[in-house]
Amino acid sequence: MRFPKRPLSAGVLTVALAVTLAACGGGSNSASGSGAYDKDATVNIGSLYEPQNLDNTAGGGQGVTEALNGNVYEGLFRLTDKGKVEKLLADDYKVSGDGLTYTFTLRDGVKFHSGKKLTSEDVKYSLEKVIAKDSQSARKSNLEVMKDVTTPDAKTVKVTLSKKSISFVYNLSYVWIINADAENLKITEDGTGPYQLKKWTRGSALSLDRFAGYWGTAAKNKQAVFHYYKDATALNNALQTNAVDVVTSEQSPDALDQFKSDQNYKVNDGNSTTKLLLAFNDKAKPFTDVKVRQAVSAAIDDKKLLESVWGGYGKQIGSMVPPTDPWYEDLTDVNAHDVAKAKKLLKEAGHAKGFSFTLDTPNYDPHPTAATFIKSQLAKVGITVKINTITPDEWYTKVYKNHDFTATLQEHVNDRDLVWYGDPDFYWGYDNKQVQDWVEKAEQASSTSEQTEILKKVNRKTAEDAASDWLYLYPQIVVANTKLSGYPLNGLNSQFFAYDIKKSS
Amino acid sequence: MLRYLLRRLVFLLVSLVLASVVLFVLLRMLPGDPANALTSVGASPEQIAAARHSIGSDKPLPEQFTHWIGQLASGDLGTSFVSSLPVGPEVSQRLNVTVPLTLSAFVLAVLVAVPAGFLAAYKRRTWYGALLSGVSQLGIAVPVFWLGMILIAVFALNAGWLPSGGFPQDGWDTPAEAVQSLVLPVVTVALVMSASLIRYVRSATLDVLDSEYLRTARALGSSFGRAMWRHGLRNASVPVISILGIELASTLLGAVVVESVFALPGLGSMLATGIAQHDYPVIQGVLFVSTFGVLIIGFAADLVQRLVDPRLRGRLSGGGVR
Repeated sequence: MRFPKRPLSAGVLTVALAVTLAACGGGSNSASGSGAYDKDATVNIGSLYEPQNLDNTAGGGQGVTEALNGNVYEGLFRLTDKGKVEKLLADDYKVSGDGLTYTFTLRDGVKFHSGKKLTSEDVKYSLEKVIAKDSQSARKSNLEVMKDVTTPDAKTVKVTLSKKSISFVYNLSYVWIINADAENLKITEDGTGPYQLKKWTRGSALSLDRFAGYWGTAAKNKQAVFHYYKDATALNNALQTNAVDVVTSEQSPDALDQFKSDQNYKVNDGNSTTKLLLAFNDKAKPFTDVKVRQAVSAAIDDKKLLESVWGGYGKQIGSMVPPTDPWYEDLTDVNAHDVAKAKKLLKEAGHAKGFSFTLDTPNYDPHPTAATFIKSQLAKVGITVKINTITPDEWYTKVYKNHDFTATLQEHVNDRDLVWYGDPDFYWGYDNKQVQDWVEKAEQASSTSEQTEILKKVNRKTAEDAASDWLYLYPQIVVANTKLSGYPLNGLNSQFFAYDIKKSS
Repeated sequence: MLRYLLRRLVFLLVSLVLASVVLFVLLRMLPGDPANALTSVGASPEQIAAARHSIGSDKPLPEQFTHWIGQLASGDLGTSFVSSLPVGPEVSQRLNVTVPLTLSAFVLAVLVAVPAGFLAAYKRRTWYGALLSGVSQLGIAVPVFWLGMILIAVFALNAGWLPSGGFPQDGWDTPAEAVQSLVLPVVTVALVMSASLIRYVRSATLDVLDSEYLRTARALGSSFGRAMWRHGLRNASVPVISILGIELASTLLGAVVVESVFALPGLGSMLATGIAQHDYPVIQGVLFVSTFGVLIIGFAADLVQRLVDPRLRGRLSGGGVR
């Protein structure tokens, strides 16, 4: 780690940078920086998400996905930064007519970092590891449809499902293919990716070196080092002093001005998959009444809230579906902000004089801010909000487990999580037979286009029903030194591919 | 002396056992379930139960406690709930940051505060004596994190002379970088520490200056410097040493703040993370090691005091009465 001095005038740097800086990032394969770059550069990445350990089936957390997904470990498939699923270690695959048997052919010439050749045995081991009894993988429940994995030969893997699951291939983009003989995976690795782990110093940094034996295109930098910080101020200081070149995601707009006004940095506004929800308990009065839910949704000016929290970043959404999900449609006009309509709906629902309810509010940002805002907005239509501040633990027990609430605020981070509305036992208690049927059918679909069509219906129905009030979509803000290009912008599912990052000297 | 050492050793062990009991019980009185931190939103009751089982938090408390104490006795600090990695190696890795940080700050503070405190007392009627006292009064009111942020703004962000935080990944294998990254945090802690030390040194020196024995020595023809050297300093240092012990101990415990401001991977930030994640083994491990450190410091301060002041040698500890 070197700490070069900051140039006294910004001009010093920009003169040296006779490269195209306008085209930064833009998807995982956006190697658009045609200018000269240092093929042996070290890219320093600043992040707030340190892995707990290096095993994503043993509670490694968000940080391990960010640092190792696609960089150190690869799946049969990859979810690109634009939300597309593409083949990676799978060269090809076939699905049987009944949609229950998937036959994957593996790519040739793939080697693990330890030098061993990839075979079907490793894939079988990796798939079974995710659904093993002690697995803590986030995708465990999605992949439990795998009934049986066989290896007809070294290049072929056959998976039989207990029922059709159109998301299976997408879910496989979460499954790392690991050397079946590897040990100590919590602190070491043996993957097939473009980088191999050099060193992980807990609480400090994790460094990755370009892997010489990589089967595909070599990484465009020699080393990627993830530096971990606990708070945003320290992280932004590191960016300002060139200790890091890029910050994977800014969590507050406060610090952005200093980078926006400095031509040495680029502030990128990408799409996240994190939605802020005002989640009604659809099984608790008065939110059992669809008109009341619609009224509350229409009474709140989401745009103004987003402005006050994020100051011009982020997006308005009209449903649970972010733009990077395949079944996205712009539904912001459904139950859009309209105070007169809200009052009318309340009257129709028999609450002409309004009502009062308790809003269980997690005690960390942005929830308290949003709660206060909602309180003042709803007061305008005669609804009284009592804000009850709770810890994440209390939220988990009271709201999530016991469904003991009337309404709550919560951020939902995952992509493609619309399907929770098809589960009547989920905490928000949305219980619509048709939606459940659609969600079931969508998973049983024979093609992704069919799945997309059905889920679009679910999307529209839940939006019209105001199953929840989707306040806004968080921005995904990557701030980088202008020396860099080719970094991911959306960071879908916390991935941060480092191999396309070019650093000009 | 041997009897004294044995006594102190017993005292140390008893304190450690008591501390471990208190630690264990207090932690488990806190609200919250560590299993929540281990499972993602959407976990089924079975998954949560499995998580509890895997970390052993479903066993009765006495059993959990004896298990932990048993591990401690064999020098094992246990396994983190969250990372499922052993706590011990991480603690020792992080001591490589916290110990140099604390000790350097301490030495620097003593080097600044002892002469400054002496001057503030000896020259109390001059303008700079008064200024020293005033500045140290002000310094006591300055929070560590605020001072740290100011130093970062001035020396790192604007001048670019020093890193704004962090610690080199290769630690002390790259000594120059390691030292560089500790300069600002050390100065921060040392400044805050010396502010309060100056006051203690000043008042201890004042006591000596007004004492009978110093006047007697002067009357017998000693120069001021010689009298101070032979009688004054030794007397003044007794109360100061116990304060030094307390200051050093509180710095060790206060590492959380400075480490978070400077993003240092030390014991303090490990504790902060552990607390945020309900990671009992980590919290217990860090606090146990810190407690051990504090007790050792107390013991060392007591021992030095006894060496300096023969009057204390009949007692078990500086403040106690037999």
